[in-house]
Amino acid sequence: MMRYSLPRLVGHALRDRPWPRAWRKATPRSHYDVVIVGGGGHGLATAYYLAANHGVRRVAVLERSYIGSGNVGRNTTLVRSNYMMNGSTQFFEFSLKLWEGLSQALNFNVMLSQRGQIVLGHSPAQMDGLARRGNTMLLNGIEAELLDRGQVQRLLPYLDYSPAARFPIAGGLLQRRAGTVRHDAVAWGYARAADSLGVDILEGCEVSGFLLDAGGVHGVQTSRGRILADRVALAVAGHSSQLAALAGLRLPIESHLLQAFVTEPIKPFVDHVISFGAELFYLSQSDKGGLVFGGHIDGFNSFTQRGQFPKAQGVAQCALALIPGMSRLKLLRHWAGIQDMTPDGGPFICRTPVRNLYFNGGWCYQGFKATPAVGWCLADTIARDEEHPLVRCYGLERFAQGGASLDEYGHGHWTYRH
Amino acid sequence: MLRIHCPLCGERPYTEFRYGGDAGKHRPVHGAGGIEAWHDHLFLFENAKGPHREFWQHVQGCRQWLIAVRDTATNIVADVALARDARGLEPQGPGER
Repeated sequence: MMRYSLPRLVGHALRDRPWPRAWRKATPRSHYDVVIVGGGGHGLATAYYLAANHGVRRVAVLERSYIGSGNVGRNTTLVRSNYMMNGSTQFFEFSLKLWEGLSQALNFNVMLSQRGQIVLGHSPAQMDGLARRGNTMLLNGIEAELLDRGQVQRLLPYLDYSPAARFPIAGGLLQRRAGTVRHDAVAWGYARAADSLGVDILEGCEVSGFLLDAGGVHGVQTSRGRILADRVALAVAGHSSQLAALAGLRLPIESHLLQAFVTEPIKPFVDHVISFGAELFYLSQSDKGGLVFGGHIDGFNSFTQRGQFPKAQGVAQCALALIPGMSRLKLLRHWAGIQDMTPDGGPFICRTPVRNLYFNGGWCYQGFKATPAVGWCLADTIARDEEHPLVRCYGLERFAQGGASLDEYGHGHWTYRH
Repeated sequence: MLRIHCPLCGERPYTEFRYGGDAGKHRPVHGAGGIEAWHDHLFLFENAKGPHREFWQHVQGCRQWLIAVRDTATNIVADVALARDARGLEPQGPGER
């Protein structure tokens, strides 16, 4: 791999030659130590950490389409670790720490911007809830600051503080280390780094079945032929149920659409990541200047990757309730990603009842910010054939055992309400 | 936008309806089947990519519970019937809330 550096950049500018490909066009081998199905951020990160942390070099990542075509390129690029439920708090903080060193580790600028995230509270009760969340974070060694209305107004002067505001702002909870990451760079950076350690990235390679026997899984049937593997991991959020069904598994997962929106670009305006407290609505400004925002899932299971228009109206109403100045901005585009939703809003990273088959999925809104930690912990789980301590709370069996819930908002088991 | 043909009120936008989930599921009989049957009923999903039988309640219309067959890959609704006719249910529908 050609290392990227300032001298390289200068040297290259003087020569009239294109940059080399960031990763090889690999051809499938007949046998791998580990095959990872799904070439999104999670799959690529898992391959990278398998090679980098565990010395497992005979690894293939199978992607049905091209790298960056799925949810890794469809999210709103936020990273944060202000989760309250035990298990998630520690896992997402581990992920944020990995984000902080990722550009150096991958030798690829993922453009982490720790601009701070503010969750707004609109009532005394909600401020109590935010204080509790902040205290949970502090007890876990994560910085958090509770802001009163005046402090929020100094940081975010463009919100609606008038007496006519539909949801008056009472205060907020600030995590300064939260922010955004350039999502495409995450896919490309992990792909390039994994490839340089010998991982084969096979694009245009769709899995159509598993090679199963009494001893578990020992390979996959693909559109590019049969590939044998000692271990197989699934990281195909959106289509987890379809793929797992090929191995005879039924999952606590339903696929729903989540939309994201971006406005026309404007000059620097929103310096932070803002989460509305009165509805599920989050907003930031991209480096290109567009305001990027999102809201709830559409509300019924679907695989269409086309969102319903009333959701666009809903998030626009949230935006205007929060920032009336956005009323004259034009919406540039919006799109939908297929998202695994689970009965408690928490994910799965675990072994499965099928021997040598590992599962990662059920990422309900949280998948992008979890990318480095998923890669790290899933690689560890595969290499040791035992769940990494940070993901023991993310097992498939947690509903049957009635153990600790990961339900941040107490919505119950309705997938479409999380 | 998704539109659903209510057998009583005619074709309406989906925003008039409340989604009620997979209608292919059947609640286990109380006292039978053990905890495993309840776990599967509550927590596992067929998550079909294709035709999906599902509950909708026309909350801003006739308030009837309906069973629609919608293709989850295209969002085309093929068939809608009153839930009580389609499944012999009592009028209040799935009943868990």
